[in-house]
Amino acid sequence: MSTPTDSGSTTDPYTVSPPPANERETTEGTVYTVTGGDWDTLIDSDHDDRIVINMGPQHPSTHGVLRLVLELEGETVTQGRPVIGYLHTGIEKNCEYRTWTQGVTFVTRADYLSPLFNESAFCLATEKLLETEVPRRAQLIRVLLMELNRVGSHLVALATGGMELGALTGMTSGFREREEVLHLLEHLTGLRMNHAFIRPGGLAQDLPADWAEKVTDFLKVMNTRLPDYDKLLTGQPIWRQRMEGVGYLPVDGCLALGATGPILRAAGLAWDQRKTEPYSCYEEFDFEVPTATEADCYARYRLRVAEIHESLKIVEQCVRKIEPGPVMVADPKIAWPAQLSVGSDGMGNTLEHVRKIMGQSMESLIHHFKLVTEGFHVPPGQAYVPVESPRGELGAHLVSDGGTRPVRVHMRDPSFVNLQTMPAMSEGGMVADVIAAVASIDPVMGGCDR
Amino acid sequence: MTTGPDDPGRTGTSKDSSERTGAAQSSSEESGAALDEQRAAGGESPETGARPASMGGEVPVAATRTRSGMFGVRGTGDTSGFGGLRLPGYSPAPAERPYGGWFDEMADELAAAMDQNGIDRSAIEQVTVDRGEITFYVARERVAEIARTLRDDPGLRFEFCSSVSGVDYSAPDGAPVDTPLHVVYHLLSMTYRRRIRLEVSLDFDDPHVPSVVETYPTADWHERETWDMFGVVFDGHPALTRILMPDDWDGHPQRKSYPLGGIPVEYKGAEIPPPDERRAYS
Repeated sequence: MSTPTDSGSTTDPYTVSPPPANERETTEGTVYTVTGGDWDTLIDSDHDDRIVINMGPQHPSTHGVLRLVLELEGETVTQGRPVIGYLHTGIEKNCEYRTWTQGVTFVTRADYLSPLFNESAFCLATEKLLETEVPRRAQLIRVLLMELNRVGSHLVALATGGMELGALTGMTSGFREREEVLHLLEHLTGLRMNHAFIRPGGLAQDLPADWAEKVTDFLKVMNTRLPDYDKLLTGQPIWRQRMEGVGYLPVDGCLALGATGPILRAAGLAWDQRKTEPYSCYEEFDFEVPTATEADCYARYRLRVAEIHESLKIVEQCVRKIEPGPVMVADPKIAWPAQLSVGSDGMGNTLEHVRKIMGQSMESLIHHFKLVTEGFHVPPGQAYVPVESPRGELGAHLVSDGGTRPVRVHMRDPSFVNLQTMPAMSEGGMVADVIAAVASIDPVMGGCDR
Repeated sequence: MTTGPDDPGRTGTSKDSSERTGAAQSSSEESGAALDEQRAAGGESPETGARPASMGGEVPVAATRTRSGMFGVRGTGDTSGFGGLRLPGYSPAPAERPYGGWFDEMADELAAAMDQNGIDRSAIEQVTVDRGEITFYVARERVAEIARTLRDDPGLRFEFCSSVSGVDYSAPDGAPVDTPLHVVYHLLSMTYRRRIRLEVSLDFDDPHVPSVVETYPTADWHERETWDMFGVVFDGHPALTRILMPDDWDGHPQRKSYPLGGIPVEYKGAEIPPPDERRAYS
């Protein structure tokens, strides 16, 4: 009721009731656009309790541009359906128009919280097609980078999960620690995200000279700060009440729906590609695969914290294991013919290398040119290589017809598959538990939609 | 060419006839007949029944483009002598026994399980072992039953479907290719720690394949993505709708006949032309 106040010319904004919910008729029934305070006007009128709402695609609690269509009976979710595709960028199609080396720069952008895993899966599959063995130093550096990346990714999962459940201090702490990871990765690879550092045949370049000190410093910082998470979240009553028994998915449901990673391990199956099908020398490392049997959100949270500890153990072993050596295969038909270094004008070839290439022979200059512009030939065939990303099985299915460009690049992204478990986890529960369930799935829409 | 179920799902791909699908379509009749012959010769040879676990014929069924043309000039002023020559595309060679490692044991087990479930052995058209991975080329009518057998047989136990996706093997130059559209299934046995690949090859004219969602519920989204990107119709899928592209999108973007770029982006009430056709500000 908007009644003019006694002054006549001005209206008091606090006494004006909000406009009624905007409504329109569709074939599926009446659609209301409800914004904030006018919710009361809707539920006061004659309606049954069944409401279908759209959560997202821009809701801050949906981990990026994910849309959840929820059918509610009061506050109980009777049906939930995730709708994806809002972040589809055609990465797989684009890769078909680039060389195998350039493909790395595309796939690294798919799951933006675990870029080094995307690169590793792509490069391992390419190397399987090439049937080459990557030098040991490059393999160990890949392990080092992947485990640092896993720590960063899990920290974001904790941070955003905390934010979505109202634990804002968890968010600020999580992002603070993740910043340490990104600083370190920037020092090691040159970029905070989307590194394109792991290349078919090895690495783009060697680590900087002081890498071991920087990594050791990072380990010290993390080892002092990680116990804070236990103090802040693990034992906290509200945190536990929000997550315990919520988002339950037992092991048979996980297998049927294809869920891997912390979701599967929280259901009691210790399936970790690093142990079951080791790659990149993982079989030499001493680490545990944490599991739980509760199969709920809280178990997944605890596993992520435990996995951070295990990753730090692997990083520590990397510091001891990595020895000097080449970081790219010796085969000049594959190895990128550049010795990059940081100069006054940014990163580029060293002058010595340019001098060598230019002065050596015409053939080597032609070879350099062809390898950079045209790329190397990959023998025809197909390969599927899975790696254990922070979210589960990340597989790269690559098909070559013998040319310098892939015929098909398919990333089997764990976010895409795991998100299918959202209805099974949240139907029959409360609306607020949907948020906890989605947070425990930890989908990254860049990887999900590619 | 193959006996696909003609069902209302076909309406979804009726536009295929108007779509550019390379030269594969034009040659599908003759190559299809040739392929049938091939399959009859290879897949149902008497040796197959006699030897316990031999599956597949001698001739690769998943042929890509064939060799055609001869030396000589056609159209261009090329006098090098190589102008008209088209080399055959790569087609994976059938593997010979022994396959090596656990592949033989698993293939024997699969053959026995197929006999038990009344699936003819010719449903496995070819077995390829390449780079340490085993691929079973499967007759498309049988793929759902074979998937169920692979999951449920105690000696196989492929309880996990990693991925279902498509591959378009059309030749870049538009040369004819037999059944260029492939559907690839990656299965994992956590019990035995084994991974296998199933592959089904289809024509653009008749891109139907039975859905495996009943066996592997996780294939739901994978099959929707394969329909969205490649236009493969999975018969029996509970709700085969687009998943990554907008609901009303035309065409299937990851087919080789679909260009990269040059597609206007449509919004509700607005259309944004591709970058090269936009207004210039210079």
